[in-house]
Order: sequence, then structure tokens, then C-alpha cells
Amino acid sequence: MNKKIVQGLGFAVLYLCLAATLFFLGTIIYFILVKGIKIINWGFLTEVPRRAMTEGGIAPAIIGTFYLTLGSIIFSLPLGLACAIYLCEYSPTGYIVNIIRLSINNLAGVPSVVFGLFGLAVFVKYFGFGVSILSGSLTLGILILPGIISAANEALLAVPQSLREASFALGATRWQTIKKVVLPSAMSGILTGVILGIGRAAGETAPILFTAATFYTRGFPKSPMSEVMALPYHIYALMTEGTHPDKQTAIAYGCSLILLLLVLSVSGLAIYLRQKQRGHAYGH
Amino acid sequence: MDTDTIKIVRMLAENVDFFYGSTHALKNINLNIFKNKVTAIIGPSGCGKSTFIRLLNRMNDLIPRSRLAGNIMLDGENINEPNTDVVDIRRRVGMVFQKPNPFPKSIFQNVSYGMEVNGIRDKNVITEKVIESLKKAALWNEVMNRLDESALCLSGGQQQRLCIARCLAVEPEVLLFDEPCASLDPVSTKKIEELILGLKKEYTIVIVTHNMQQAGRVSDYTAFMYLGELIEFGHTEKLFTVPKDKRTEDYITGKFG
Repeated sequence: MNKKIVQGLGFAVLYLCLAATLFFLGTIIYFILVKGIKIINWGFLTEVPRRAMTEGGIAPAIIGTFYLTLGSIIFSLPLGLACAIYLCEYSPTGYIVNIIRLSINNLAGVPSVVFGLFGLAVFVKYFGFGVSILSGSLTLGILILPGIISAANEALLAVPQSLREASFALGATRWQTIKKVVLPSAMSGILTGVILGIGRAAGETAPILFTAATFYTRGFPKSPMSEVMALPYHIYALMTEGTHPDKQTAIAYGCSLILLLLVLSVSGLAIYLRQKQRGHAYGH
Repeated sequence: MDTDTIKIVRMLAENVDFFYGSTHALKNINLNIFKNKVTAIIGPSGCGKSTFIRLLNRMNDLIPRSRLAGNIMLDGENINEPNTDVVDIRRRVGMVFQKPNPFPKSIFQNVSYGMEVNGIRDKNVITEKVIESLKKAALWNEVMNRLDESALCLSGGQQQRLCIARCLAVEPEVLLFDEPCASLDPVSTKKIEELILGLKKEYTIVIVTHNMQQAGRVSDYTAFMYLGELIEFGHTEKLFTVPKDKRTEDYITGKFG
């Protein structure tokens, strides 16, 4: 066969894969949009649920998801970053470090419901935080920790060694080099990790099932020790509990749309920040 | 060429052996580096010349499983003593690398970086020193109107002069050049060479190069290394015209390389 034809076929397959991926993404967004848009209005976003979840809004669930996600990032970003910096910049290469890396990768493969049980046993019961934003945030934080560590680790590894050498050669300490040269260069990669983490934390149901989420609250959470409603759990509750499936299903689609928009807009913001940061680094 | 009889030893290597794991990279190197002179280190690829120059500011500390034996002295102090401050050694012995490696920061920030990490806070002092360093590195006229632009917008030759300016700003005593022109065009190379000749009035300079013409043009002393050994060291003119060792002669006449 002519090598140009082979190349043409190769490209055709790649385009097909791209088209299939975009098709699935487009269908999901379209489906959720069409089913969910009808119910969304200002009241849906700002009011509390009424009449056993068959009327009213989902404001407490939106707020709850926001707090849980924020909490999980506050907990996991510093810890994950510190961990990645240690592994990448300080630790000597060797047997023990390899075991640590392997453990982190394995942690990423643990099913999320297991994290939920862990959170229940440790944060809710042992530390006595109860079913609360705090327990849920910590559990979600541990869930997204491996992702943050590996994204930060990749980003740090991608910083050219020559920049570190340049900094050392000017009499900078290791810490100054990390703070002033390595981290700024790695920032866009680290941000990507945070984006993915936010998306994951906002969408997970199992880890908050036993640690933070509640079926129904009258008002908004008052402190980190309050239990909260959260969007993914609210969807689950609407679809499995209650007595008016038709009304509840409509609300569930509305919830899904809000959750999707929330995650997409957070990703969009982070992508914007990343581009801006990258543009700055290269002086455009 | 230099016929000056005043020779002050600024750095010296005494019975230096260096290992990467089990590879014996440097074998019993003894070498004097004289103050306000340019010392060139030549030799074929893999002869250990870059390894050697990187020992002079302890850059090889960063390499895992490496080991050094012997002494390297700077102004009579052993730079590898346990109580020596490696950060201070690296400030006093500046280094310009093979590939230009400016930070992804502005031109100004690239030069001010070294002062900031060494604890200089006074903005006026920093600004003055940045200008002075850029002038010394013969870059000022090209960048004076765009100090806030990213250093990555500069050409390769300009980037390398920026790296030199960055070094000069921390007031080193010794400047190490590790094949500074390896990735540059002839015009940029000429500028760097002129710069090196100008800088030796104030600094002690060591340059690694595998361009023998370059060694001939810029250096007062030349060391020839081969397979991890220092084969010959002497006045550049003498080494190139009447080499004592057969291997030096073969190398400089192009019989191998």
C-alpha cells in the first residue's frame, strides 16, 4: 500500500476517535441541558427545598458542595504540594522513595466508597467530628490527594534541571530555588492538578455519604461542624427516596445541570488562569 | 600574549579524583588557576573537562552517588570542608552554562535574582547593580528599553550575555564558563569571546571548550585533558606551538578528537 494512503487512513482513525469523544461529551451535555433547563430559574438556585423535595430550590446543596470542595482543596493542596516537593526536590532517589511513589499511586486506585468508610471510622467517629463539612472535606481531601501529588510531581519534574542549576550557581539555597524558580515554573501544571481535583471532589457521592451529607436541611450550614446537603448526594436522594418520582426526577436533572455547570466553570477559570500564567512566563 | 610574571593562585586542585558511581571520571588532577588570567580546559568529549569545572563551584554536589577525593582550594580554603558554606562558594565562583538558561522571568528580574537570594533588599542598590552588570556583559544597549520583557524573548546570544550579567551581579571572584558558545552562532561567539577578554581584568576565568581556536584566542593558560587525566598544562602559546606530550600534539593537530 502507498505510504500516503496509510497515513490518510491513520489520520482518519484519529479523527474518528476525536469525533466519538466529542460526540459522547456533546450528548451528555445536551441530554442534561434539555432535561434540566426547564426547571431552572432564580428560585431554584436560591431557595431551600420544600414539601419533601418536590418543590422549591437546591440552594443548600449548591452551598454545601461549594464548602466541601473548598475544604477538600484547602486540606489537600498544601499537603499534596509539600509531598510532591519533598519527593521531587529533596528525597534522594532510591528504594524507599520508590515504595512511597508506589503507595501514592495505589491510593489513587482505592474505590471512593472505601474512602467514605475510612472517613466514617476516623474523622466522624474516632476524632469525633461527627457528620460534618469538616469530616467530608477531609475525606474528599484524602480522595483527591494522590491526584494532586502526581500532577504536582509531574509539573516539578518538567521544570528543566538547568534552571535549578542556574539558581544554585548564583548562591541560592535549595528552598530559595524551589520557591522562586521551580514553583513559579511548575504552577500551571499544579493548577491543572487542582482543577481535576475540584472536578472530582465536587462530583463524588460515596465519600460524603457517611461523613458529611444529609438528606434534607431546613437552612444553610452554620459552621464547619454542620452536616450539609450536597449536589451529587441530593441527586441520589431525589432518585431513590420520596413519594413523587416525576417531580423529583425533574429536580434531579436540574441539579445535574447545575453540578455540570459548576464543574465546567471551575475548570474554565483554572484554564484561564493557567493560560494567563503561561503567557506571562513567555512574555506575550 | 601574556608574559606577566606575577602569578597569584586563586584556585587550585590537588590530587583530585572523582567518581560517578563506579566510573572513575577524574584521575589525580593537579591544576593551578591564576588570578586575573583566563584558563582554558580543552579535550575530546567525555574527557572530564565539564566534570572538573563543575567541581570548582560544587555543582556536582547535586549528582547522586558521586564521590570526590582530593582538595579544591579557593584563596587557600578547602571548598569541600564540612563547615564551608556551599551557598557562599557558589556566589563567589559564578558559572555560565553550555546552553543559555535564563529564568522565565523579566530581563531585570533575571539579573536581580542573585542579589535577592543573597539578601540585598535596597531597590536602588539592586537597580544600579543590574544596569552595571548589563553594561559589563555588553547587553545594556540592546535591552535598556525593555527590561520588563521576558528574557525568553531574547536571541540565544543575548540570553547567554544575560546569563553572564546575572553572574556578575553577585560579584563573584571566579567565573566558570562551561562551553559557553556551544549553541551560539559565530557572531554571538565573537561577542562572548571579546567579553571574556574584557572581564579578566576583574575576574579569574576558567573556560571549558572543545574549540581549540577559541582556547587560543581567549586564554592565557591551557589545560589538555584526556580520558579523565590532565595530560598537559601551560601557557596557551607554548602548549599550542611546542606541546610536550605526544597526545596533546595529536589532539591539537587534529589527529583525533
